[in-house]
Amino acid sequence: MYAQLVETGVKKVKSQDEMSQDESDFQAKIDAEIKIEAKNWMPEAYRKTLIRQISQHAHSEIVGMLPEGNWLTRAPTLKRKLQLLAKIQDEAGHGLYLYSAMETLGADRDVEVEKLHTGKAKYSSIFNYPTLNWTDMGAIGWLVDGAAIVNQVVLQRTSYGPYSRAMVRICKEESFHQRQGYEILLTIMQHGTDAQKAMVQDSINRLWWPSLMMFGPTDDDSPNSKQSLAWKIKRKSNDELRQMFIDQTIPQLEFLGCTAPDPDLKWNEETGHYDFGEIDWSEFYAVLKGNGPCNQERLAKRKSAIDKGAWVREAAVAYAKKQESMKGA
Amino acid sequence: MIKNTKPVDTLFIYLLRLADSNLILSQRLCELCGDAPSLEEELAISNVALDLIGQAKNWYEYASELDPLKRTADHLAFRRDAHEFYNVLLVEQKNGNFAETITRQFFFDAWHLSILESLQDSKDERIKSIASKAVKEVSYHLRRSSQWMIRLGDGTELSHEKMQSAINQLWRFTGELITSDHLEDALERDGLIPDPRKIFGLWKHSIETVLSQAKLVNPDYDAWMYKGGKQGEHTELLGFILAEMQYLQRAYPDAKVW
Repeated sequence: MYAQLVETGVKKVKSQDEMSQDESDFQAKIDAEIKIEAKNWMPEAYRKTLIRQISQHAHSEIVGMLPEGNWLTRAPTLKRKLQLLAKIQDEAGHGLYLYSAMETLGADRDVEVEKLHTGKAKYSSIFNYPTLNWTDMGAIGWLVDGAAIVNQVVLQRTSYGPYSRAMVRICKEESFHQRQGYEILLTIMQHGTDAQKAMVQDSINRLWWPSLMMFGPTDDDSPNSKQSLAWKIKRKSNDELRQMFIDQTIPQLEFLGCTAPDPDLKWNEETGHYDFGEIDWSEFYAVLKGNGPCNQERLAKRKSAIDKGAWVREAAVAYAKKQESMKGA
Repeated sequence: MIKNTKPVDTLFIYLLRLADSNLILSQRLCELCGDAPSLEEELAISNVALDLIGQAKNWYEYASELDPLKRTADHLAFRRDAHEFYNVLLVEQKNGNFAETITRQFFFDAWHLSILESLQDSKDERIKSIASKAVKEVSYHLRRSSQWMIRLGDGTELSHEKMQSAINQLWRFTGELITSDHLEDALERDGLIPDPRKIFGLWKHSIETVLSQAKLVNPDYDAWMYKGGKQGEHTELLGFILAEMQYLQRAYPDAKVW
């Protein structure tokens, strides 16, 4: 999930009696699964929540380029270099696409990016973890993109039209990334050396728990979920999505011949789901507060790119203005 | 230095020159991931890098078939040392600021498009087909880098200054693009590659057209030029590029798959 703990600014979900006529008509549309479009009336809190969620999602795509970019110059073969670069390029494209969806709500890309750089806007906690060996590129594709897909497949039905359509397109590419990531791991587990196989297990050990944290806090600790679910911005709760992810991932993990770093992980015949151990939420909140292993580096890199590029953007604007005035003359 | 090369070896080395220049430039562009001045540019830079790696792969695969040592494309890219790399010196120069990145790209693109267009007339069918496919991609590269040269050359005072300084800095590496050595002369005689004078003419035309539109000063063609890349003698920078790029293949020499 690329958006976590998105504020709705709403303390309590309104009942039918408490709604104005506009609000009630709006809720009726949502309940009838009619998509809300940019020009339709919408409650201010709905609009703001969506701007927060979509911008957070876009920021995650952009910051998410960095941990993979870390291995781009060291990709081991021509094919892997091409694949990784194409994947990172897709992420930049997703970012651009999501910022455009966000702008349909009257928000401004530069303003929202500035909020990211000043620490006011969040991005997914997962990208604050370092990539320490090559197979992290496989594990990210498999686990991180995998977790994102579980969430985004559901988001294809989100109530806001432009966001929902963006998700349809993004999901297709993410599924491709996930298969590619898994293929990196499987190739090594089937034909690699012992040292390479150890690399794969090391990646899984480090990325397993942070991937589960991507779905956000448990439902009991997710104060904004109720309103987001009522507005159908969210379609399933954090815990439901996390369980879906675990249930679909464990057979793939076993097929690889690897293990998860969770001694409590076991199949539960009664529930028909996997039971899993307690997530270390103190780590999750620490990362969210800016104390993850790479928070400072990620933000510094984004900020420096934009700062260093200021003269380039100014020159491009100046040139465009000159051209414009020449046309006018 | 390459001495007494046989005809196949000569073509093999020439293919490596093309492949290595593509690969090393794309490696430099990969270093820029997350560092572009805008998101749109992030996409454009990765587009160019992707094309260049793809083209490098095609040239390496052909070279691999001619290789007396029967090395694979990946082996050629990731297991040769600096003195066995034949890329031009220009592409191994640092990214520097965006003016330097774009100027390096423009000088290269102008040469690259000229050479690829001419290679479409090669007597070698394989060269023809790789070049024809690459021409489409590289026309876009040149269009993009030319537009940036003009925009930044004729943008603000600061951007103009940075561009002129980048041109003056990098000009010394352009001579190698447009002068031939005995190896290229031999291939030209066999009709495999174009006449270098023709390439120089095309390259010069692109440079002069764009620099004049960009209101930038065209340096002197007789200026002192640094050479040696095509013969395997590089600047100090290539060793570090390879140390990073080849790290995994060198650290895990027993690995058969990745």
